[in-house]
Amino acid sequence: MGKYYEELMQDIRFEEGLNACMNCGVCTAICPAAEFYDYDPRKIVDLVQSGDDIEIETLLKSETIWYCGECMSCKTRCPRGNTPALVVMSLRSLSQKLGFFTESEKGRQQFAIKRTVGENIFKYGYCVASYAVSPEKHLEQGPIWKYILDNSHDVFERLGGKIDEYGGGPLRKIPDDAKEELKRIFEVTGGNDMFNTIEEHSKRKAAEMGLQFKEEGIDNEYFNEVYTANKKKHTS
Amino acid sequence: MKAEGKKRVWSEYQKEIADDHFFYVRSCIRQSFFPGSEQFFLHFMRNVLGKDVFENPSHTTCTGIGYHGDIVPFSTIQTVVARHFALMKESGYKNIAISCVTSFGIYTEIIETWKHFPEELEKTREYLYKATGREFDIPENMAHTSDIIYKFRNEIAANASYRLVNKQTGEPLNGVEHIGCHYSKMFPKYGVGGAEFPNVLGGMIETWGGKVVDYPERRHCCGFGFRQYLVQANRGYSLSNTAKKFNSMKPYKPDFVLTNCPGCNMFMDKWQYTIKEIEGTVYGQNGESIPVLTYEELAGLVMGYNPWDLGLQYHMVQPEPLLKKLGINYDPDDKFRTKDGRQMPVPQNLINA
Repeated sequence: MGKYYEELMQDIRFEEGLNACMNCGVCTAICPAAEFYDYDPRKIVDLVQSGDDIEIETLLKSETIWYCGECMSCKTRCPRGNTPALVVMSLRSLSQKLGFFTESEKGRQQFAIKRTVGENIFKYGYCVASYAVSPEKHLEQGPIWKYILDNSHDVFERLGGKIDEYGGGPLRKIPDDAKEELKRIFEVTGGNDMFNTIEEHSKRKAAEMGLQFKEEGIDNEYFNEVYTANKKKHTS
Repeated sequence: MKAEGKKRVWSEYQKEIADDHFFYVRSCIRQSFFPGSEQFFLHFMRNVLGKDVFENPSHTTCTGIGYHGDIVPFSTIQTVVARHFALMKESGYKNIAISCVTSFGIYTEIIETWKHFPEELEKTREYLYKATGREFDIPENMAHTSDIIYKFRNEIAANASYRLVNKQTGEPLNGVEHIGCHYSKMFPKYGVGGAEFPNVLGGMIETWGGKVVDYPERRHCCGFGFRQYLVQANRGYSLSNTAKKFNSMKPYKPDFVLTNCPGCNMFMDKWQYTIKEIEGTVYGQNGESIPVLTYEELAGLVMGYNPWDLGLQYHMVQPEPLLKKLGINYDPDDKFRTKDGRQMPVPQNLINA
């Protein structure tokens, strides 16, 4: 087995997710991503279990590993007790650790997720909060969403929400000491290292692509590019 | 088969759900999109059933959307969840009630990991102590909040003002139930009815007088796919999977969709709007779209609560067609009013309005 396989084995999700695959393809049959993308989890698992470094490196730099939606439907159905989605999750972690994720259009999107969901965690104590879901970037939320944001106080008050207030209740302000604890957890457990790695490789890639990059926020060319780019053919 | 054998066969599909004294953990998406649902749950438990449900304001996101967006490492999310368990321990609770299917899936994954990899549990204890000085116990009982509503579904039926029956025809209403992938596809033993016979929502619909629709794509994902929605370029995945489900359920003429998971509710509601905008397709009867409800919203309607206090007006697909079928005498003038009765602006271009 090659060096990448050995690295993957350090991730317990990989150890748990991959026994011997017999290539039956049930995972592909049940997979919502395989339905619409040029994607076949059976092939991924088969390739990874070969342990071939060259093949795995190609995979780590590819669009392929970013197609899975992590619905985990494959876990229920695999007759060998494998979880292809866990294998994919460990591949994604390794791709980011090694900086390979910036080599694919879909991989580069990790920067957009870090700058939105990732930043929300530290800023608000939530992954998602109403005020962080802008109608302009979420047109499918429809006119009701803009209405809710425009009338937040009244809407939340009637429904028992505590938007912008401390204490119990929906969308309450998370106390500063709780957010500090979250930051400390990220620091101690490698969460910050992951964030920094995504930032560092994205900055390098932005320079390589000749796109403007800012140290903070989503108002920059590189963010807009990775958030919206759909230039390659992803469907089968 | 003898009764004893049957009991044994079905035993693994049963779930023990605590009766009282819950530590309640909220959902990021539900707080933002359906705050009325979480508040109805607390009202029902505390004021109708007289149960003890405790909320600690220091509880934060579980970081589950970040974890499934692959930006949060497994060690990090294990420690964030361990902090929630520490808050529970410090508050003197042993039963956890989780208001989010993504979080619920995370909690089951982590607890199962700790069983199979005890060194991960030890590492998490060390991380949490180092980061916060806190210590934790693993919950004795872990329920999704829909499990708890399921457990008390007969009490809701006993307090019902309406049954899920078409008032004009007398026929049971057709309910599509969508339990959400992370409820029991990963660890079936944590879900009511497991992955094969999930009954958490179906049990509610049948107990309250409705009929559960069986359709080919009943267990297909709603299409959230985490990064497949979070990043604008990927949303075709999300939309396409929702369309697949709705195309499959349409011939069975659903009167409503009942959801378990915050994301599923949002997508099955909002993508109906999007599909109608893009190509004019609707999936309900008479040119209408299908209202998508949380289990608390449905319980609240059955119990006769004001739909506008539950927050049903804040979906894109408006609930009036369902309210009419149920025979609910709602006040249209109260729909967009503040808590103290002041008239708010009326939003335009909603579906079914």
